[in-house]
Amino acid sequence: MAEPVITVENLGKRYRLAHAPRADTLRDTLAQGARGLLRGWTGRGASSTEDFWALRDVSFSVNRGEVVGIIGRNGAGKSTLLKILSRITEPTAGRVTLRGRVASLLEVGTGFHPELSGRENIFLNGAILGMTRAEIRGKFDEIVAFAEVERFLDTPVKHYSSGMYVRLAFAVAAHLEPEILIVDEVLAVGDAAFQKKCLGKLQAVSQSEGRTVIFVSHNLPSIRGLCSTAVLLSEGKVQVTGPCRKVLEVYQHGLAHSAPTSVPTPTAELRDRAYVTGVVIENQSAQPCSVFPVGMPWRTRVRFRVEKALPHIVIAIGVKSADGTAIQTAWHPPCDLESGDYEATFNQEHVVLEAGTYAVIIGLSQGSHNLQQFEAAHIDISGEHAIGYYPGTVGLGLVLNSMATRLLKI
Amino acid sequence: MLEAGRAEAHYWRDLWRYRELLGFLAWRDIKVRYKQTVLGAAWALIQPTITLVVFTFVFGRLAKMPAGNVPYPLLVMAGLLAWQLFANALSSASGSLVSNTHLISKVYFPRLVVPLAALAVALVDFAIVGVLYTGLCAWWGSWPDWHALLLPLYVLLVLLAALGAGLWLTALTVRYRDFRFIVPFLVQLGVFLSPVGFNSSNLPSWRMLYSLNPMVAAIDGFRWCLLRADQPLYLPGLWIGLGVTALLLASGLWYFRRTERGFADLI
Repeated sequence: MAEPVITVENLGKRYRLAHAPRADTLRDTLAQGARGLLRGWTGRGASSTEDFWALRDVSFSVNRGEVVGIIGRNGAGKSTLLKILSRITEPTAGRVTLRGRVASLLEVGTGFHPELSGRENIFLNGAILGMTRAEIRGKFDEIVAFAEVERFLDTPVKHYSSGMYVRLAFAVAAHLEPEILIVDEVLAVGDAAFQKKCLGKLQAVSQSEGRTVIFVSHNLPSIRGLCSTAVLLSEGKVQVTGPCRKVLEVYQHGLAHSAPTSVPTPTAELRDRAYVTGVVIENQSAQPCSVFPVGMPWRTRVRFRVEKALPHIVIAIGVKSADGTAIQTAWHPPCDLESGDYEATFNQEHVVLEAGTYAVIIGLSQGSHNLQQFEAAHIDISGEHAIGYYPGTVGLGLVLNSMATRLLKI
Repeated sequence: MLEAGRAEAHYWRDLWRYRELLGFLAWRDIKVRYKQTVLGAAWALIQPTITLVVFTFVFGRLAKMPAGNVPYPLLVMAGLLAWQLFANALSSASGSLVSNTHLISKVYFPRLVVPLAALAVALVDFAIVGVLYTGLCAWWGSWPDWHALLLPLYVLLVLLAALGAGLWLTALTVRYRDFRFIVPFLVQLGVFLSPVGFNSSNLPSWRMLYSLNPMVAAIDGFRWCLLRADQPLYLPGLWIGLGVTALLLASGLWYFRRTERGFADLI
């Protein structure tokens, strides 16, 4: 069955990053045109845009009936790849060959209209996803049963609970009959039971009906459970592709060697006082790392320089969840420091974070005066190889089991 | 097969395959249009009625423009029928891509479906105003003759002209949101640049130049079809109108197709 249904060859997608104010209105374009003309005359041809390759030289192929997981950190190019595969944007270079009808589910409930009833939205959404009216009518009862919304079929969906909304939307998409189904992180919504049902449906679709599924998720257990092969993207390039388990190993452990952190260059004012010089996030054996299993301790070392003796210096670290919620802040008590280089270490030992992506924020202040505050790195807490017992994988809360627990027979 | 610079051939076949989506989008817009309004579809009648009264008063009574042997309100109404169709089709087609941003950035379909669906919605409003026109005919006891059978051709002309201009404007709006402000202004201005309130034969010396506005031919045509009166068809004007419409449509399609592939990145 080595018949590729998807062949991707040397795919590239370039975006232009404008450093000058972008021409979003007609006036800007006219003004820039005039400026460009002027520049042409004076001979200064400095371009104000920079090319950014969201994808570069991406090649892989997928066989019929395979379920392929696309993984990678935020910004690795997963969404861009899906958008090209589902024909929403065009590649800048390279080509893709797709054999068969493609349906993509990049978002749950695309095109749902809040004023229309559930019944009407099933037809509308189905048509948007590429089903014919006859197909939708044939599947209608099945869709309604899967979504469990029989009673509310004639209620406008704006009155639906978010759970019902998602169930209905996924139900329509799950009953598409394309040869190739492209699914983005849509299962992150909905309750655990429904997620399980959706995953089961995807599995059935690929195994018994021989359809090809491309699946993107941050939920590594569901990738592991569903996918036979995987593609790991990293900074717009394919880092590794092959059997799912091997790729996941590379993703989790292979990434361990690099933990990209960023530190802003200090301003002149800071250079006279104090500034952060480096941040390292590492595991307990002092290896720089950016992916940690749930429950594994990790630590952050922050180096900073004090140029002249300063009182009341505070170095602090903060952790935010992917949606920007501040989860915790830790700081070293204020001290009066002489000039020199210092290193502060923050150990994350007792608080266990749920699987997900987090931002690490570093702050340096003097008294009540804030010197520096910046996002230094992203870390992934992964549900794979979790240390200790966890009753589930999602929905347990951001901070896990951080209370002292005692069990007594009474 | 997707390449950097995709083949053209599939496009029209795809457009045909997505014809049902066109129907659904139009049906959605019609269905939703008068939701949460008290007067509902009556809104489609209120605007033309008021315009009718004002134009009849200004052009018929104040300026005392000649109407031949038809009641002045009917003359205005025949013009309004064409103009309302054009104005509705143009403004909804122009805004169509931006108001469907969520679809364009998430699903593939030939983007041409979106402005086409907007035309269908304008047709429904046209039908409602058509009822009003029939009512006026009954009131004045002045029914059209067999010429009315040719009306669909002129309706098509209006739709194609609106589509041509709409394709330009909607594609430009994706890039430059300025056009959101320009379109209502164009429509407002257009009603005075077109012979809605008076007969275009009132401007004999300017008539050729005037015909560069495709709505002149269309409104003349509507009156020729609907008013039994002595409104002979001005042929040079019709040819110019058809030519301009064809040019507008061809260039609109060309520009739309050329920019279409970038819509998802820009919108």
